[in-house]
Amino acid sequence: MASNIEAGPNPGDATPLRFLTCGSVDDGKSTLIGRLLYDTKLIMEDQLITLERDSRKHGTTGDDIDLALLVDGLEAEREQGITIDVAYRFFATPRRSFIVADTPGHEQYTRNMATGASNSDAAVILIDARKGVLTQTRRHSYICSLLGIRHVIVAVNKIDLVNYSGERFHHIVGDYLGFAQALGFTSITTIPVSARFGDNVTTSSDNMCWYDGPTLLEQLESLDIEQGLDEKPLRFPVQWVNRPNLDFRGFSGTLASGTVRPGDRVVVASSGKESTVTRIVTADGDLPEARSGDAVTLTFADEVDVARGDVIALSDSRPDVVDQFAAHVLWMAEDEMLPGRSYLMRIGTKYVPARVTTLKHKVDINTLEHMAAKTLSLNEIGLCNLSTSVPVALDPYADNRATGSFILVDRFTNATAGAGMITFGLRRATNIHRQSVLVDKASRQRMNGHRPAILWFTGLSGSGKSTIASILERELHARGAHTYMLDGDNVRHGLNRDLGFTDADRVENVRRVGEVAKLFVDAGMVVLCSFISPFRAERQMVRELVDSDEFVEIFIDTPLEECMRRDPKGLYARAKEGKIKNFTGIDSPYEVPEHAEIVVDTRLGNAEAAAQRILESLADRRIIS
Amino acid sequence: MTLTLNLKRLEAESIGIIREVAAEFRNPVMLYSIGKDSGVMLHLAMKAFYPSKPPFPLLHVDTKWKFNAMIRHRDQIAERYGVKLLVYTNPEGVARGINPIASGSQLHTQVMKTEALKQALDQWDFDAAFGGARRDEEKSRAKERVFSFRSAGHVWDPRNQRPELWQLFNTKISKGETIRVFPLSNWTELDIWQYTRAESIPVVPLYFAAPRPVVKRDGVLIMRDDDRMPLLPGEVEETRMVRFRSLGCYPLSAAIESNAATLDDIIDEMITSRTSERSGRLIDSDELASMEKKKREGYF
Repeated sequence: MASNIEAGPNPGDATPLRFLTCGSVDDGKSTLIGRLLYDTKLIMEDQLITLERDSRKHGTTGDDIDLALLVDGLEAEREQGITIDVAYRFFATPRRSFIVADTPGHEQYTRNMATGASNSDAAVILIDARKGVLTQTRRHSYICSLLGIRHVIVAVNKIDLVNYSGERFHHIVGDYLGFAQALGFTSITTIPVSARFGDNVTTSSDNMCWYDGPTLLEQLESLDIEQGLDEKPLRFPVQWVNRPNLDFRGFSGTLASGTVRPGDRVVVASSGKESTVTRIVTADGDLPEARSGDAVTLTFADEVDVARGDVIALSDSRPDVVDQFAAHVLWMAEDEMLPGRSYLMRIGTKYVPARVTTLKHKVDINTLEHMAAKTLSLNEIGLCNLSTSVPVALDPYADNRATGSFILVDRFTNATAGAGMITFGLRRATNIHRQSVLVDKASRQRMNGHRPAILWFTGLSGSGKSTIASILERELHARGAHTYMLDGDNVRHGLNRDLGFTDADRVENVRRVGEVAKLFVDAGMVVLCSFISPFRAERQMVRELVDSDEFVEIFIDTPLEECMRRDPKGLYARAKEGKIKNFTGIDSPYEVPEHAEIVVDTRLGNAEAAAQRILESLADRRIIS
Repeated sequence: MTLTLNLKRLEAESIGIIREVAAEFRNPVMLYSIGKDSGVMLHLAMKAFYPSKPPFPLLHVDTKWKFNAMIRHRDQIAERYGVKLLVYTNPEGVARGINPIASGSQLHTQVMKTEALKQALDQWDFDAAFGGARRDEEKSRAKERVFSFRSAGHVWDPRNQRPELWQLFNTKISKGETIRVFPLSNWTELDIWQYTRAESIPVVPLYFAAPRPVVKRDGVLIMRDDDRMPLLPGEVEETRMVRFRSLGCYPLSAAIESNAATLDDIIDEMITSRTSERSGRLIDSDELASMEKKKREGYF
């Protein structure tokens, strides 16, 4: 039985190859695919009869059959002679099976080409030997590179029309390599072909003794496309929770990368909850190991909270879990992409609301130049920053196509509006993984007997922030409250030692303090923060880090003249002499709070009285009893 | 029998697609047409949810002109797999006496298959329907999405299809809209048979060659499955060794002469075959591009 099968198109155990063809209809793309199907005997007699009939009606090859008509499937395409959508073709040789994504080449069909490229391992880029490398050649190559195609075969077609000239071929190859080298392909193979007459498509040509490389089919058959996905970290996006009865709870999905075995310690990326794999269940019996591409059902040792959309990883190689990241976005909808608008993002098996926060630049897909832009229109590509409503597990697209890609769905029309390829996670959230905890804020609060809070003292240097805060802390401590003081000067000697006083550094200073204060709040404590913190935006940023009743902004309102008069550290004097740059109130602005919870006018009483007033306010707010 | 790498990849991809529908849709259904592709699709669904059962029923749109052996197979399969089977026939079509012989293949297909399917989807309020169509079958199917959007009224607009990148299927629809899902999109006919053999999936015996009563009509061999198909003047019924590559309504399904009596024989025959699978489906050659036309109207 086996020997019979090997005689025909039965690809056996080779990795199937998915490739796309790019080129305009004038380049002979449809003819080339038709030729591959014809020569590999995939065209059946009844289809040939239809083809001969169609060739007479629509063909462009005189009395010969027009192979292009085999593949231009839709009526409109036959009428217009162009390929307007992605079509998938299948053929096989004894060595390998192939799926061809036949994609249109015109600029207005960039999205269709990207669609074909997204699931392809390799690309065949056609160049018309008479025309050489064109703008569209660059465009096709760029899109292939952007979508992560690593292997390119350049078919210099219609070589018969330039008298099978080796000189012409080598000239075109030189031009192509000149720009394509920058696109980062793993392999580029260049082959002179005539799709119409079959030279170097499936059989070596007698017309080009100067060419001794592979035919197109040989190259496709031998291309090594192993992406090493098994060797990459495990990524298992949970697709469906499998719960036939109370005794079985499994998580079904397909491994995007990596391998997994029973006994492996795994983690739910977004929650940090860990467990151990107990079984790899399939209908054909449990497996000792699952590899990338396998569709399986995992069971865990513990009753961990796992739902569709979660990503399972090995505990020691987790994906980034971020709510902000940068990505190349290809726009695919008639309605243009608007930064700030909410779209539904699908990443892996998860849908999450997302918006583009910044369009950093648009890419001219013909010249690859970066251009400033406010929006993206249909078929345009831009580098964007995006933010999601909840943190999501992701990897850079270059590392993992499955966990580094997403689509954006219009929330009103449900149209697939954009496709994105993640370049990297933003805001240092990268590589910080939430640690799941058994004791939480609420349990600490019960033990402490008071609620946690950030008491944020803001005001000019010398306004009395630290003095009042110190007295307040003493009083809180006396009442049994768990407190901690974060003071601008102290923090700058340690945590923020590397920061100066430029606007950017002041923002970062407050951001770090805010994150530290948030940890103290989580620990159940009342944390007193004494920082000039001159900008409203950053005080707002800290406010948003915690629950709304956990942030108390206390504005120590002392006029500049009074601060300068007090000048407890002699700083104003030095600033006025120009010895300190960017001093708030002198040559750097202070933005007065608009909605501070407590305002202390230090001209109306001493520091003890101010602390007493704040204490009463905290009791009113039920932070202390 | 272990699966080749090619079949393993196809199997995993299809299982992923089938699970996706169960996870995202409110009320899915699997169209079961009794043929070899449906057999593979159902088998994959059983695998996809193991140890659970598929969380959706099967639906057979019965034109009342299927081969008797198909109906027997259908009922056996539903019982064997333990899945819920819904059967629907267009009552208006029956009342009007629509049939493939007197009404013609086009009207019969339109009323008893396309209209019937739409009625069934509406009646049970299904929002997603699996079909066993493959892209290698026919030119317009080569451009079909895996998740193929249908606007209210089950209309397919080939020029306004959702782009489909990676395996990130857009499963979002509004009320009244539906999705047709094709988990076997990337399978070829040969893949189907090799998988059927490797997994020992039961198929209708009509796929295997046997002596059967046929008449030659319009150049093709039609099997007289019951007495509703009268002989035309000059026609003679004869017994020939035939089998079917594709099964539909019996007066519209042409047999091929063959000695392939086992799965191995069928696969060998296919590798050397020079005619396409749907060449025996008379409804395809009604007019040029007729599959695209039927699909736009709601045919699977």
